[in-house]
Amino acid sequence: MLIGASEPKLVPDVSDTQIDIAYSFTGAELLLFGAILYPGGRAPTPDTDVAVVIKGPAEPLLVREKAKVAGIWINHASARFRSVPSFYAVATSRPLDRLVSARTAAIYEIGIDNLLLSPANGSSASEQARFESGLIDLKRRAGLYAEHVGAVSVREGVLYRALVPIPARVPVGQYTAETYLIRNGHIVAAATRQINIGKSGFERFMAQAAADYPLLYGLAAILISLLMGFAAALAFGRVRR
Amino acid sequence: MHLYLPIAGLSVNALVIVLLGGMVGVLSGMFGVGGGFLTTPLLIFYGVPPAVAVASSATQITGTSVSGVLAHSRRQGVDFRMGMVLVAGGAVGSFVGGFVFHLLQKTGQIDTIISLLYVALLGWIGVGMARESVRAVLATREGKPTPPITTKRHRKWIAALPFRWRFYGAGLYISPLAPFLLGFVTGLLTVLMGVGGGFILVPGLLYLFGVSARVVVGTSLFQGLFVTATTTLVHAMTTHAVDLVLAGLLLIGSVTGAQIGSALVQRVRPERARMMLAVIVMAVAIRMALGLTWRPDAIYTVQLL
Repeated sequence: MLIGASEPKLVPDVSDTQIDIAYSFTGAELLLFGAILYPGGRAPTPDTDVAVVIKGPAEPLLVREKAKVAGIWINHASARFRSVPSFYAVATSRPLDRLVSARTAAIYEIGIDNLLLSPANGSSASEQARFESGLIDLKRRAGLYAEHVGAVSVREGVLYRALVPIPARVPVGQYTAETYLIRNGHIVAAATRQINIGKSGFERFMAQAAADYPLLYGLAAILISLLMGFAAALAFGRVRR
Repeated sequence: MHLYLPIAGLSVNALVIVLLGGMVGVLSGMFGVGGGFLTTPLLIFYGVPPAVAVASSATQITGTSVSGVLAHSRRQGVDFRMGMVLVAGGAVGSFVGGFVFHLLQKTGQIDTIISLLYVALLGWIGVGMARESVRAVLATREGKPTPPITTKRHRKWIAALPFRWRFYGAGLYISPLAPFLLGFVTGLLTVLMGVGGGFILVPGLLYLFGVSARVVVGTSLFQGLFVTATTTLVHAMTTHAVDLVLAGLLLIGSVTGAQIGSALVQRVRPERARMMLAVIVMAVAIRMALGLTWRPDAIYTVQLL
């Protein structure tokens, strides 16, 4: 038997490959599930773990740091990052430190602290670390970076499912969901699925109009506010007479 | 009821936003201040991105001002001639302000200095108004005649300006250059600080020129209407940050509030109304001063490149 054939295979799927943001959008729950296929139908070993990593489109960012100078808080330093995932969520079947080695976690970017944010300035390592932790703290507070330990359940070593919440202020774009099969601290199989998060209907129309026809959009905004002002004056004028 | 804001990119409780608009509208109708000083920080606190909060509250103030101007004009409470001169000055001022803002942005730090100057200016105006209005309230309580708002009804430097015009609503015979300059300064500061021109305009009209108190609020709102309409357009063209759903929700509350506010202010004695505005101006100054000196909630801020 070939050695390669002894490796198990992942068959992943997601509940939605397209998430539409409409007027009533208050967040979503993404269900990631799938099966683990073992070559030759061999009985699976019990300690099978799964980690799911969901990443949003990466964007370049400028992070500013405030400091107290002469009693006043001002922006005093900044750092650039070339590619910061706009969204990052990891769901695992057991705590990260008992899942894989630190080295493997860093290579596959499993865990918020293992994200590669590619700082662009040539500043010192300690300074970069300070800005990185500041940025990560901001993202965590906005609910855009999250770790869901124990959110993946593996049944009989064959079926897995993970429920990952997507917050309402999620950025739009092309997302990737990477699923890793882990045994004895090693990643033995991986699979990727694409998820598209986009605005739909009226919301998309508004966002596109604001971006593509800025002059018309601005004039429309003024017109609407003028009309609403007039309407209120008319309504109250009638009431009083 | 939750509604998703397409530009801000988050969902908000529609009722909260409408009520916030209503509260700001009442203040606006009563005192002639735009209310951006209240809306913008509250929206940011709610999680709306700062640029969207600033741009959309400008759109909201336009509608509120229309509503307020119409309500006041029913009672002959707007001097349109004075208003147009202020608008002209404001247009030049905001144009120059945009240019200055660009220069200052490059150097990075200077916005802190402007904030300090603004705090000092607002503090000075607020304390001055408070002293004057408290004196007037006390005088009426003792049954004495109300002292005039400004002892120098015709200040020397204003009287020295050439070509005088008659402003019937305001009850003045002064050179249009004086209100033009006031409009200019207001426009300049509005663009630089992004906070209310009304705070400078209303006290300026009352205390510098001695404009009749009956028309001050309406005339200030008339000027604010043009300034914020321009601001909306500029934001729509440059930052693309005007959220019409957010602005619409705010407007529902604030156009109604402006009508209520302008009716309310008729029932309040003018010196008491001035005292309330003085308190608001001082509160804004204190809030800005604290914002500069308190440890901010977030040491780090992020800007998309």
